[in-house]
Amino acid sequence: MKIEKKELVDELIERSLKGEKLSISRLISMVERSDEYAPYIMEKISPHAGKAYYIGVTGPPGAGKSTTVDRLISMFCKNNLSVGVIAVDPSSPFSGGSLLGDRVRMNVKSEKMDVFIRSMSSGRVMGGLARTSKEAARILDACGKQIIIIETVGVGQSELDIAEATDTVVVILTPESGDSIQIMKAGLMEIADIFVINKADRPGAEDISTSIRGMLKRSLRKRDWDPQIFMTSASISKGIDELYAGIWSHYDHLDENSRLEQRRKRQLRQELHTRIENEFAKILWDMVHKKDIEQVVNDAWLRRADPQNTAQQFVWSSLRDSGLWPQKQ
Amino acid sequence: MDRKIKVVMAKLGLDIHWRGVYLVSQFMKEAGMDVVYLGNKFPTEIVEAAIEEDADVVGLSSLSGNHLALGPIVVDMLREKGLDRVKVFMGGVMPPDHAKRLEKEYGVQKVFLPDTPMQEIIDGINAAVNNTH
Repeated sequence: MKIEKKELVDELIERSLKGEKLSISRLISMVERSDEYAPYIMEKISPHAGKAYYIGVTGPPGAGKSTTVDRLISMFCKNNLSVGVIAVDPSSPFSGGSLLGDRVRMNVKSEKMDVFIRSMSSGRVMGGLARTSKEAARILDACGKQIIIIETVGVGQSELDIAEATDTVVVILTPESGDSIQIMKAGLMEIADIFVINKADRPGAEDISTSIRGMLKRSLRKRDWDPQIFMTSASISKGIDELYAGIWSHYDHLDENSRLEQRRKRQLRQELHTRIENEFAKILWDMVHKKDIEQVVNDAWLRRADPQNTAQQFVWSSLRDSGLWPQKQ
Repeated sequence: MDRKIKVVMAKLGLDIHWRGVYLVSQFMKEAGMDVVYLGNKFPTEIVEAAIEEDADVVGLSSLSGNHLALGPIVVDMLREKGLDRVKVFMGGVMPPDHAKRLEKEYGVQKVFLPDTPMQEIIDGINAAVNNTH
């Protein structure tokens, strides 16, 4: 039985690498659902990835991310490039279900275009991406898509995972996105390589653009790239040519002096750091007895103990009990 | 293992009656399913989306009389593309004997006519999908 499945997975991988859509789709699902073969799939797929150009599109809900992505897809296709899209929307904290609506705006697809769009629900992750968005993107990359666009959930000020997953980050705002104080705040505004003021036909577009320009000018942060600002009205395809050229100018910038490599290596370092941390946590959690935790909760509750100290004492005593750590002298 | 049901929902062709499909989509979300809503789409695009999303279920809403014209095409195209395990459900307004024909002759798993209790829709989908796994 086991052997049969491995053969099936090998065949799926082989077909996917040839670009067969159904197989690619199945692979993404297996990884998404943490199938027992997910690590095997990623091990086989990864060496083929790394050739695509990764673009992240983020911004608040309703800013026009999906519509802009739709217009960018047709621009890339017009230039004979194949495109993979990962579109993330939020999961319900109550039911775990989701309503993934990004495809509603993505209408330009015709059979002639080499495009693969996959919707994902974010699950319990709070960074704007799903747990396996990066893996799904990597699969599309390995299977021959030249451009990868990752669209985040509609984010607030601090969902910044996209900056660690892509080469170029496009932050999409609207004229209503706030005054100059909002623009000066940390987080979302700091990760943009490219700003888009969408719905720029509405009043206030110039003001927000001026605020962004001011914020960038005052910044002390050393940048080798000056983030650009583009005005668009994506629904009527206005300003898209300029945005498209802007995205490529950032790519050209990355292409010089091995900046792209540096950026990706920094991201890899960050990703490995997080994953190693998670592995450690998993191992340590396995050592802890669930019963003990219930006891600690009750005890802390009765004593009105401080959670931080309680947690620390619990971890240290667990480590000592496990023999992994020397007993107190 | 995380095994949520993934549904691709669409308004069939040029049908503007969106309220029903919205309501059912929202209910599916609240029942823990991942619902990819496509808006108005024709069979080719619906099948394309079902492939890319690796859908378990395709839900088609039709209240404009195109159910017999377009519904069977979606089923046929799915089978042609090798998506044998994808269940097709339809909902909307149509003569009851058309609904029967869609189920009996055209391979539609089930047609939900007006006044179907929401829970019945959810249960029907759950049962059909769990039978295949």
